[in-house]
Amino acid sequence: MVFDFSELSGLELDALREIGNIGAGNAATALAQMLGAKIDMSVPKVSILPFSEVPDLIGSADLHVVGIYLNASGSAPANILFILPIAKACFLVDMLMGMPLGETKADNFSDMQLSALMELGNIISATYLNALAMFTNLDFRPSVPALGIDMAGAILDAVLAVFGTVADHVLVLETEFTKDDEDIVGHFFLLPEPGSLDTILSSLGVSIG
Amino acid sequence: MSKIIQVGMAELKLAKVPDKLMTAGLGSCIGICIFDKTIKLASLTHIMLPSSTQARNPQNAAKFADTGIELALKEMEKNGALHSRLLVKIAGGAQMFKFSGESDIMKIGERNALAVEATLQKFKLKLIASDTGGNYGRTIIFDPGSGDLLVRTIGHGERTI
Repeated sequence: MVFDFSELSGLELDALREIGNIGAGNAATALAQMLGAKIDMSVPKVSILPFSEVPDLIGSADLHVVGIYLNASGSAPANILFILPIAKACFLVDMLMGMPLGETKADNFSDMQLSALMELGNIISATYLNALAMFTNLDFRPSVPALGIDMAGAILDAVLAVFGTVADHVLVLETEFTKDDEDIVGHFFLLPEPGSLDTILSSLGVSIG
Repeated sequence: MSKIIQVGMAELKLAKVPDKLMTAGLGSCIGICIFDKTIKLASLTHIMLPSSTQARNPQNAAKFADTGIELALKEMEKNGALHSRLLVKIAGGAQMFKFSGESDIMKIGERNALAVEATLQKFKLKLIASDTGGNYGRTIIFDPGSGDLLVRTIGHGERTI
């Protein structure tokens, strides 16, 4: 079993990047259909980071964000976190609900708007996991999404605590979604649980030496 | 020149007046400030989990309430603090996600707070102020000079404890 992510080879990292690519590509398409807009995605980044550096991926630990968290159970359990800066989340809700941009206010989400955000997270995650399942022949069963609106660090630490019992580093597959070539819509994180990596990599035919 | 020293997740740092210690975005984690007012020295430990005993890799002591407090105490004493003078303030331990499931991850904040309090008692460290629980994140800044702990939140006010 891989306990220390830093032991992964270049080939293994490439394989992970590739599944990130396929998953995120499908998720971007789903997002574009929901919003009726053009959504682009970045080439996924694979990073192996100590806990203390994870919030830096989003900007800073006290950035105000919306976080949608899901746990995928199955033969290779993983965690999914979709993080959006609060202003972008408001924007997306307006687009989803067909309201004029600027209608949704950060300090006052209605139940309907919260539900729209959760649905957004749900669809992105489900599409991502579906693609991953097809590619690896593994099954991923997503949980009901949980929503948190607060500081990025606070949202992250609740999720990272799960990893804390087994590791000091976390493997992050990160994709950025952008709309109209500039606006960063959100960061999508796939955080495989330590034991899951072996399962995913061997299903791809990349064995761990 | 005074500096603000950043303490990340699962880290422990010490500071002496006029420097300050800061940790941003505490969710279920807890920031533990142990300080000696006489020599104006303080430590801030950003713990993530209640106990090292169930962990497969307990090497990083600052990650857990039990070993984190023990390590902070050792470091403080090594730098001239007296155990009998030490006071403690804590903040964090929130429950960040509303979930319909009953997964353990949801209760980590509460378990962290209980473990911190129990460990402080075990080492006879006096807890004089705490701001824990709720469902919101906290950014905290500790001033070893005054012993003030500033707690900032989004939408839940700002206070000094």
